[in-house]
Amino acid sequence: MADTVQFDLVSPERRLASAQVTAVQIPGADGDMTAMAGHAPTITTLRPGVLSAEGPDGTTDYVVTGGFAEISAEGISVLAERAIPKADMTKADHDAMVKEAEEALANAKEVFVNEPGPVDDAAKLLADMVAVGDHISV
Amino acid sequence: MPSLKDLKNRIESVKSTRKITKAMQMVAAAKLRRAQEAAEQSRPYTERFNAVMANLASSVGGSDSAPKLLSGTGSDKVQLLVVMTSERGLCGGFNSNIAKLAKTHAAKLQAEGKEVKILTVGKKGRDQLKRDFGSLFIGHVDLTEVKRVGYADAQGIAKDILARFDGGEFDVATIFYAKFVNVVSQIPTAQQIIPASFEDAEGDEASTLFDYEPDEEAILADLLPRGVATQIFSALLENGASEQGARMSAMDNATRNAGEMIDKLTIEFNRSRQAVITNELIEIISGAEAL
Repeated sequence: MADTVQFDLVSPERRLASAQVTAVQIPGADGDMTAMAGHAPTITTLRPGVLSAEGPDGTTDYVVTGGFAEISAEGISVLAERAIPKADMTKADHDAMVKEAEEALANAKEVFVNEPGPVDDAAKLLADMVAVGDHISV
Repeated sequence: MPSLKDLKNRIESVKSTRKITKAMQMVAAAKLRRAQEAAEQSRPYTERFNAVMANLASSVGGSDSAPKLLSGTGSDKVQLLVVMTSERGLCGGFNSNIAKLAKTHAAKLQAEGKEVKILTVGKKGRDQLKRDFGSLFIGHVDLTEVKRVGYADAQGIAKDILARFDGGEFDVATIFYAKFVNVVSQIPTAQQIIPASFEDAEGDEASTLFDYEPDEEAILADLLPRGVATQIFSALLENGASEQGARMSAMDNATRNAGEMIDKLTIEFNRSRQAVITNELIEIISGAEAL
């Protein structure tokens, strides 16, 4: 039996999960990481992606966008601006998210004409959003 | 002296008013429970968020490269007041209290020679501020269509404010809302959101050394705009609960007053009815005696 660690997933509107888990795969801004009990204390921002929490009773997947994860000795808390259980995610939800990202990109292109930074960020966001679609296979 | 019929009509009309206020009170009570639940649900997020932000801010805050949202623009000449009120009236002093606080604040800032800009959320506050500060309005957010305040609404407001900040329209932003204490007491509150100020986290948490991915400054730059949205969201929720609480107690008072009024009118009605009967009797008796 692997060690378990307290895992909390909260969005501004509600607490989605609070359970003991063995491992959590987090879509970090710099790449995916898997956190288990005894992980070094880390704070990372999230990119849009799928977060999967591996518990004693199986794995639960969530689609998360924006926010950050805090891994400390007491547990793992993920604060996502938007978090939806993968099972509840519909094509319409995803389309809305992609559309939002597309608009953000168009907006960034307009506002920051000679600054590649924000435009690249928005483009990456869009790419991440589209990639989420492959994961959820809707 | 009103006639019997007038009195009767009056009593009926007060009775139907009482029914309406009673119904409004019960609706407000139900909505209050939901609003409180929503506020409760958001609390874990807000608390964790602020704890992490306080942590980050204290480690990055001192350096020169700290983001403007945290360190400020270096001046406080132009002040933005975000006044959040309700879309509907009939909730006691709720809107007036917030508007009054905003007015004093604005007047004080103007006396200090600062430029004041006002962004209103909710039309009730806008109406109250229009007369004195109408020329300072730079925008209005309409939430009439919104049944349940969601995070997306807060994000919309935050986006608007941040765009103005990036455009150099103001230096300091303060939000005005009513903090919910209980049904009879809501405290109008002013809270500065830009530059961000975080209460210091508890000592034991600061002692943990975190790895940051990407680096602290990148995280802070990413999270600060979200922090604005988070603060606005929790203020909106507090406001929602306060509004319903204020409406509930206002409607409770109104119902009680209507009851008192009905009692008074009924006594008056009975008295005049009695007087009419007595009068008729006297007429009959004196008529009979005259025969």
